[in-house]
Amino acid sequence: MDINATLIGQSIAMAVFVWFTLKFVWPPINAAIEERQKKIADGLAHTDRAEKDLQIAQDKAKEILREAKDQGAAIIKQAQKREGKLIEEATIKANEERDHILAQARAEVEAEKSRLREDLRKQVAALAVAGAERILQREIDDAAHSDILEKLVQEL
Amino acid sequence: MADSNISVQGYISHHLTDLTVGEGFWAVNLGALGWSLILGTLFIITFAVVGRRATTGVPGKFQCLIEMIIEFVNGCVKETFHVKDKLIGPIALTIFMWIFLMNLMKLVPVDWFPAAAGMVGLALNSSALPEYAADYSFLERVMAHPWSYLTIAPTTDVNITMGMSLGVFILILGYSIYYKGLGGFSKELAFTPFNHWLFVPFNLVLELVTLLSKPVSLGLRLFGNLYAGEVIFILIALVGLAQLPLHFAWAVFHILVIVLQAFIFMMLSIVYLSMAAEKH
Repeated sequence: MDINATLIGQSIAMAVFVWFTLKFVWPPINAAIEERQKKIADGLAHTDRAEKDLQIAQDKAKEILREAKDQGAAIIKQAQKREGKLIEEATIKANEERDHILAQARAEVEAEKSRLREDLRKQVAALAVAGAERILQREIDDAAHSDILEKLVQEL
Repeated sequence: MADSNISVQGYISHHLTDLTVGEGFWAVNLGALGWSLILGTLFIITFAVVGRRATTGVPGKFQCLIEMIIEFVNGCVKETFHVKDKLIGPIALTIFMWIFLMNLMKLVPVDWFPAAAGMVGLALNSSALPEYAADYSFLERVMAHPWSYLTIAPTTDVNITMGMSLGVFILILGYSIYYKGLGGFSKELAFTPFNHWLFVPFNLVLELVTLLSKPVSLGLRLFGNLYAGEVIFILIALVGLAQLPLHFAWAVFHILVIVLQAFIFMMLSIVYLSMAAEKH
């Protein structure tokens, strides 16, 4: 195998291929690679930032939750206190009312009792007078003895 | 293919001879240069198409493959070549992919392409058949046809490898002059390693030999490796049925050689060019 013009042809072909690669192959592919690398780097940085943000948000949420719990507990405590007070007040009031109603009822009953007794006394007196009248009609005059009867009625 | 009518010597020389056009120095080895151009074109068109369609989003598998190759080459360049230069990446990529593809052709069994080319030649251009082969059997006529001399593995041709190293040599000269200036380059040739005007002739001889040995070693290394591999392939093809396991083993080993030699050629080119570009 001799050295011949193939060598020159190959050298020229190499120059052409290198030029073509320089012009049409290397730049677009390299640009795509570099742009993607940048995208990935940006994405990673973004992820890092998002993770940090999430951590902060979680901490904040925990804080708020704790505060809310404390507040809730305070409110419940207050409400319980108020409830006890209300019940106590209501009990006192109800007792008073009851006493009042009882007293009133007793007074009414007492009044009725005395009224009835008065009526009864009057009826008994009338009955006694009527009885005595019937007995005495036969013997004595009504008018002459009315003062005695009055006295009896008074004593009854 | 070791027919009784074809001697072993003839078979071997058949496979090591390329079909040439022209006389003397101006002859051109059609098989080697043709396949070299086909493969080089295949490489740039494939890569250019991928480059044109390249997306910066999620790449397809083929784009991934191309990008991996480019990133690999770019990594080698960045490790070795520290001067900012737009040309070195494309040079390294072209050298690597082109030599890789040319080496890859060696995995095609040695008789396939010559036989196919011979058959096509017999069908299209039967008048080119030498007269002595007129009453040969079909297969012998196929292999006697001049077209069957077309080779498929360009890097087993010393012209191809030396042509590429000549390209690298011109680039070395270009880089030296571009980065150091003509004066700086001449000064480096004349005053290293011994920085005294008395040693100028001695330095010149030494440096010129160093300079010239770069392309020679580059081209001959690739040629020697692949030519030797090709000879072994041809010898294996001569041993009958036993060639099957032998061929398989040698082909598997050659997968390594193919990539390695392409890588070495690329790496040394980068190193030589970086030596040319950097001031010592």
